[in-house]
Amino acid sequence: MPLNADFIGRVYPVSAPYLVGREKIREFARAVGEKNPVFFDREAARALGYHDLIAPPTFATVVAMESSHVVMFDPDLGLDFTRVVHAEQSYAYVRPICAGDELIVSTMIDNIRTVAGNDMLTTKASIDTVNGEHVLTATSVLVSRGADS
Amino acid sequence: MVAGIRYSDIAVGTELPGASFPLARVDLVRYCGASGDFNVIHWHERSATSVGLPNVIAHGMLTMAEAIRVVTDWVGDPGVLVEYGVRFTRPVVIPDGDHGATLDVSAKVTELLDDNCVKITITASSEGQTVLGKAQAIVRLA
Repeated sequence: MPLNADFIGRVYPVSAPYLVGREKIREFARAVGEKNPVFFDREAARALGYHDLIAPPTFATVVAMESSHVVMFDPDLGLDFTRVVHAEQSYAYVRPICAGDELIVSTMIDNIRTVAGNDMLTTKASIDTVNGEHVLTATSVLVSRGADS
Repeated sequence: MVAGIRYSDIAVGTELPGASFPLARVDLVRYCGASGDFNVIHWHERSATSVGLPNVIAHGMLTMAEAIRVVTDWVGDPGVLVEYGVRFTRPVVIPDGDHGATLDVSAKVTELLDDNCVKITITASSEGQTVLGKAQAIVRLA
């Protein structure tokens, strides 16, 4: 069953705050093979003008994980999770995520369209500090393969 | 580790140093834990093949994270990244065994933009096949 196009523009409730931990940054950086000391060593981060460790560019996926699950498992939207593949991902940064940031995620459905029998869902997530500073925007495209494909 | 790359030193066609990143099963398991994405197709062979995949595949987001290292290691300060986006066009298949697969990444400057920004186009392949499409980053240089 195709996704409900009425959901374009739907805004999901803002996530609970995510506190960015220094050890979580180090764990994530190790997991993606990073060697750059700015992700591991506070002095290296300070030397570049940051007040603490900064996170690798795709760390936002950790911050937004809960919010993306809310959309993916929204029963009213009707996404068949077993048929979903991640098709595109992009980030627009104001600044890097930094240890100590307390971040909230505001997710909206930006577009729904059907291409060759496959539903394509575009979501935009604004990631901001609890004090209202915009940090980055994450745009994801998920494709739900049609039953016949 | 300030690489000291300046906008005035860059031209369209400037190539960044490429890199090859090994990806084995253990790296996928580690990324599952670090990212919170425990989708079975990234660690359980029987589940992966039951949905028509040739084998366990790497997380697209892990591939994306590895590929940008060619850019951030070049500029030194990852905070100069303004935009980064990719399409996941083909999965990186990770066979069993100690060596897994290799992700080969190259990148070059494809456009000079205003405000000291440059657009970099990234090519990522595994076993000779391109795995990311439209992989582009914009960085703001000094």
